[in-house]
Amino acid sequence: MNDSFIQINGISKHFGNVKAVDDVSFQIKEGEFFSLLGPSGCGKTTLLRLLAGFEYPTSGNLLLDGSDITALPPDKRPTNMVFQNYAIFPHINVEKNVQFGLRKLGLTNDEIIKRVKDVLSLVKLEGYEERYSSQLSGGQRQRVALARALVRQPKVLLLDEPLGALDKKLRDEMQLELRTLQKEIGITFVFVTHDQQEAISMSDRVAVMSEGKIQQMSSPNELYKNPQNIFVSDFIGETNFLKAKTDSKDGEYINVNIEDLGSFKIKNNLNISENASDVICSVRPETMMIDKEKSDWDICLEGIIKQTSYLGEMTKFYVETKEIEKIITVSSQYFDNQSFQDGKCFISINLNDISLLNKK
Amino acid sequence: MLQVWKSFYARSDPAKAYSLLSPALILVTLAMLIPLGLMLSFSFFTQVSFTEIDYSFTVQRYIDFFQKNLLVSLLIKSVKISFIVTFVTLLTAYPVCYYIAFYVKKNKMLWLVLLTLPFWTSYLLRVFSWKIILGTKGVINSSLINAGLLSEPLTFLMYSETAVIITLTHAWAAFALLPLYVSLDKIDFSLIEAARDLGLSRLETFWKITLPLSLPGIIGAILIIFIPTVGDYVTPALLGGTDGRMLSNMIQAYFGKVNNLPLGAASATIMLITVAIVTMIVSYTTKKLTQRIS
Repeated sequence: MNDSFIQINGISKHFGNVKAVDDVSFQIKEGEFFSLLGPSGCGKTTLLRLLAGFEYPTSGNLLLDGSDITALPPDKRPTNMVFQNYAIFPHINVEKNVQFGLRKLGLTNDEIIKRVKDVLSLVKLEGYEERYSSQLSGGQRQRVALARALVRQPKVLLLDEPLGALDKKLRDEMQLELRTLQKEIGITFVFVTHDQQEAISMSDRVAVMSEGKIQQMSSPNELYKNPQNIFVSDFIGETNFLKAKTDSKDGEYINVNIEDLGSFKIKNNLNISENASDVICSVRPETMMIDKEKSDWDICLEGIIKQTSYLGEMTKFYVETKEIEKIITVSSQYFDNQSFQDGKCFISINLNDISLLNKK
Repeated sequence: MLQVWKSFYARSDPAKAYSLLSPALILVTLAMLIPLGLMLSFSFFTQVSFTEIDYSFTVQRYIDFFQKNLLVSLLIKSVKISFIVTFVTLLTAYPVCYYIAFYVKKNKMLWLVLLTLPFWTSYLLRVFSWKIILGTKGVINSSLINAGLLSEPLTFLMYSETAVIITLTHAWAAFALLPLYVSLDKIDFSLIEAARDLGLSRLETFWKITLPLSLPGIIGAILIIFIPTVGDYVTPALLGGTDGRMLSNMIQAYFGKVNNLPLGAASATIMLITVAIVTMIVSYTTKKLTQRIS
């Protein structure tokens, strides 16, 4: 496997004064399911369109499988795209849509027919050949768009929020299917989404983008467990932020003074300096324990439940404590509001579950 | 009674539809259907003398029409001129609409308004201004002579078929712009990007995607230009001379100077039928042609 299958070297794209993509460099491995994740306007779609050839970079260059594709028009690139709105040609039927990209490949008629048949069975659309776009459901259109792109056997498949228009149940199904499909055919996928859960559940690696820059690029697990900054920590999943000041360093640990709670020894993943700088402690809601009784965990706070939201598989508690002015979110599988008398509760935190972040 | 009527009206959709349609229906009946019926019936009569008309039924006027070479050739010429006008208008209006629909990001409406600006003046005024531009001492000829490029003025510019085609093309361009723009603007740009992504060049994308998808606008523009220009008589009368005369000028003469109302009516009816047939053929072939391409 080629580790630098796609090389993005110092790519910038400016629209007037707006830096949509701002000096971005990274590499995508061959056969990888790679996601670009970020809020709208972060530059992820622009980056994808640069890869597809719909936009040309203001500076920097793009290499695909060793050859420079920076200046190639879209029809000369070995990439294919699944569009956000699917872009199914409305005046031709499903079969012709799928055949559309094959005409220029110099295949024989038999090969074309075989490829179309194979790809339609791959996306489970046999029997829909004669239908038109207007006669298909959202999920079916999505499959046609996928088939139309895959039938050309591209080196890279680019997907621009392809699941955004589907309802939740169908989306979950398609996520699983897309992942299975990608494993099966082994084509490199570059997937753009604003849905962090989608990116985390499908990808081998995720690049989190904001304001045209990559904030962090790592495996989904790393991203969740070890966010590199406040933006990533806040964007991926839910978290509580506590203000703190650094104190003395102690090997790979550092002593920090968490506001109103006292001094604690916390693992220093980001190698934060000891010069009493401001830092942020991030604690995920599900790592905390909420109970009626005091616990012997590293930190245990008394609080009052202000609000609960029942989510089925778990319940979220919004708790007010004496020590911290902000309301803390705790999620738990076991309790509902009735378990607590007058909303009185204890929140316990393990120091291992606290991650330190640089304050911006 | 009023109550009964009210509840009937509230429940009946056809009643609502007809009451809303009635002003237009009355107008169309009075101003279109009755005159059209009168014209149709006149085409079956005979002009006996200058003032006298024989009202007995005959199809002789239609036979007369096809026996007069002049009338048949004028009909063919009318259709030919209209075809050229339609074609040239489409060719000039389409790129403009394409540009506004896909490349103008802001103030699209302003562009359209500016393009239709010349059409805020009267049709007659515009025809006359072409006279000033195309005439032997007009803008084109005098500037070419003053520049020393010509010693004699170009005569084919004025009182000719060319003059009629130029003027009609300009006169009807605005009517082609709107349907073309609307149909192009409706095309989702990602369809064009998708075609490029699937390996088609710009030109191939235009043939396979843009053109077939803008077909409704093209057919609309063809009909909107072809139908009225076939019957136009102001422009050929003012700018056509003998070379640029069209059938409508002859029909006008039959109803006026020549005073042969039945033959005029028969000629008008034949023109009406010709336009209807040509229109149907054009729409049908355009549709088939684009289906073939895609």
